Amino acid sequence: MSEPLVKVRNLKIGATVYPPGEKPHDIEIVHGVSFDLQPGKVLGLIGESGAGKSTIGLASMAYGRGGVKITGGEVWINGRDVLKSKLRDVRRLRGGEVTYVSQSAAASFNPAKKIMEQVIEAAVEQGKFSKKEAEARARTLFAKLGLPDPDNIGDRYPHQVSGGQLQRCMTALALCPEPDLVVFDEPTTALDVTTQIEVLMAIKEAIRDTGVAALYITHDLAVVAQVSDDIMVLRHGNTVEYGPVDQIINNPQEEYTQALVSVRSIEHDEKAPTPEPVLSVRNITARYKGTKFDVLHNVNVDLHPGQTLAVVGESGSGKSTLARVITGLLPPREGEIEFAGRTLSPDLAGRSREDLRELQMIYQMADVAMNPRQTVGTIIGRPLEFYFGMRGAEKRKRIIELLDEIELGESFIDRYPAELSGGQKQRVCIARALAAKPKMIICDEVTSALDPLVADGILKLLLELQKIENVAYLFITHDLATVRAISDNIAVMYQGKVQRYGGKTEVLSPPFDDYTDLLLSSVPEMRLGWLEEVIANRKMESAGN
Amino acid sequence: MHPVVKLVSQRLALGLLLLLAASALIFLGTLMLPGDVAQSILGQSATPEALANLREELGLNRPALVRYFDWLFGALQGDLGTALTNGQDIAESIGKRLGNTLFLAFWAAVISVPLAIFLGLLAVRYRDRWPDKLISAVTLASISIPEFLIGYLLIYFVAVQMGWFSSVAMINDSMSLLDKLNAIALPVAVLTLVVLAHMMRMTRAAILNVMQSAYIETAELKGLSTFHVIARHAFPNAIAPIVNVVMLNLAYLVVGVVVIEVVFVYPGMGQYLVDHVAKRDVPVVQACGLIFAAVYILLNMIADIVAILSNPRLRHPK
Repeated sequence: MSEPLVKVRNLKIGATVYPPGEKPHDIEIVHGVSFDLQPGKVLGLIGESGAGKSTIGLASMAYGRGGVKITGGEVWINGRDVLKSKLRDVRRLRGGEVTYVSQSAAASFNPAKKIMEQVIEAAVEQGKFSKKEAEARARTLFAKLGLPDPDNIGDRYPHQVSGGQLQRCMTALALCPEPDLVVFDEPTTALDVTTQIEVLMAIKEAIRDTGVAALYITHDLAVVAQVSDDIMVLRHGNTVEYGPVDQIINNPQEEYTQALVSVRSIEHDEKAPTPEPVLSVRNITARYKGTKFDVLHNVNVDLHPGQTLAVVGESGSGKSTLARVITGLLPPREGEIEFAGRTLSPDLAGRSREDLRELQMIYQMADVAMNPRQTVGTIIGRPLEFYFGMRGAEKRKRIIELLDEIELGESFIDRYPAELSGGQKQRVCIARALAAKPKMIICDEVTSALDPLVADGILKLLLELQKIENVAYLFITHDLATVRAISDNIAVMYQGKVQRYGGKTEVLSPPFDDYTDLLLSSVPEMRLGWLEEVIANRKMESAGN
Repeated sequence: MHPVVKLVSQRLALGLLLLLAASALIFLGTLMLPGDVAQSILGQSATPEALANLREELGLNRPALVRYFDWLFGALQGDLGTALTNGQDIAESIGKRLGNTLFLAFWAAVISVPLAIFLGLLAVRYRDRWPDKLISAVTLASISIPEFLIGYLLIYFVAVQMGWFSSVAMINDSMSLLDKLNAIALPVAVLTLVVLAHMMRMTRAAILNVMQSAYIETAELKGLSTFHVIARHAFPNAIAPIVNVVMLNLAYLVVGVVVIEVVFVYPGMGQYLVDHVAKRDVPVVQACGLIFAAVYILLNMIADIVAILSNPRLRHPK
């Protein structure tokens, strides 16, 4: 084998942490990771949040985010140990030999500068190309990445192009200086599923055509399987398993890798509809104040007691707006909401306390849905006081019951949200919603900010609680795997309309309309060659590419 | 209509409305003062007949609203009335002094604004290290010392002890630009020291805020030098808050320099205003008030407009 382009040996990375109530101190977050990368090859780094994958990616550019410091080991790139290089040489490396594509292109482009200026900046400042050459190369890359109007798109500002387009522009930015290595840090995670595969394909082709090597960082094993030659599975800053993609996907050795490959083990059989739905959405048409376009057109759906209706769609499809209408935050222009046998007031101010109690909500970002200065006990106890007037020992007893139901237990009662993990926070939010003894809970993307294994645990818990409490869920999500796992009924939303609606089996069985087909076929599958297959078989383009 | 045109014309209309409101307040304020112009001219010992005659002559018996609009339309045409104490045309005397004040403010701004922004950038570049701490300490010290004290200290050391500059800043039309600059060197230095800290601190804070953004990381990962990242990537996104503070300080340079003008016996608006307040010359006070209000509103309006123009989302809508 030839000399590798990247040779990482026993890389150790530390960070300063500031835990509440303790003195700031240093901890180690990556404990000696080693790998090789040959020119033109792609290594996938995979793991949950906190596994250290982004940190390792940035360390290959001798860069530590915030208080992160590289504390030991070697990172050889092109035969030079970058950790021992002078700052001037490191600067030549960054943006010249190694470039970076971040998760959110929308945040990573400077809003005050034109796209072209930013795409060519590194190549020009590093003296690799003249301004003219760099611009010509950028336009070629724009075309190669499938961007519309490649000759002029560079004259736009970042806010003038869509999220998927901007992510491709970021890839062009990384490829423009003809680097030897590109670090892709979750480049498609923030995109809609139908847009994701187009960007993924564009990235894959660009890697192949330019012969660049890549570190591809993601939490999604199915995605990384499509683009990588090798995969390294990381957990808590340690290598769990490292090998060729075929071996990791088809013959994983470690238990943790096996869990990652077989995630979504939930089996849930569809329940038959009951005669009396708990929620009936009738002919809802709605628009936001001061706008001229309806974002919901004549929406009709039913939710039955103790069942789950999944509302699925891409960003902008109107699924969150539907939740706002049901909760009374956005009074509709037409139509009405029937709930538990009565017609709800269209706006929040007109609803009774009983209406509020019976219709609870759980949010995507558990962090910001809780007061950071209140303990778990206070957070869960509040609805008990507010709706049932509970006090003292009685309240405490009920809080502990709820904590047991969400599998956390009494010891959590005095903890603050900052002391909990993401999954634990979401469990506390679930307990808070359950405390009101609701007939129905709206779950708005409750698992999309969580790691797959943690999300799996939350979904299992929700199904378990549904059996005990007979509560109905309106489950808003863009993730079809989640939909498959937990729903009884499904409504597919597209451009403010219900595109397809019915029982789970019916909705997920052919024949499909073109949009549902696109949506279903876009969900990454954990097998090699899936990406090429699905691109070849597509009937329509995604709207937000 | 392009959103920028719409927003800017809204600001302009709002500015005019504010100016109108300010003029009404100024007029109302002078109405509420005890005594009136006739009383001030004739003094305490005037007979009622003489007062009545003078009021008739000056038109003070007409309703307040009529007098207000009279005054307002006069001001719009550049007629600010005549000073009571010396009978001179106010517009004419103010014109020259306003020119002097603007001359002083202009040179103070030319030096202090770029200096403050540069020091702000430097403080960010070396944040929490000694250059940052030194810059902060010096500018904060200079803003904390009363400006007249700085003025007298400079006069004592630089003018009296070392004799580099004159201690009084008298200028007139016959002087060359260089002579004039030499004359105003000390007041410009004092004003610079007074306004530097605000602008420097705001530049530093605004840029540090922007430095948290993901696009700054992108720029750093392009291998750009730290100063390049700060000046070319962070600064353009911090313009709006910086311009606001710069304009407030510019307004201060025009309307707040009364003390400095008195200390250095500079023939500007401030000195003129102080003289006539002492003499209860109401029309002059009204005129000065109106001009100060106009300067203040104009500069703040410019700050708003620059903030609008610096936002690419407004300049280039989807």
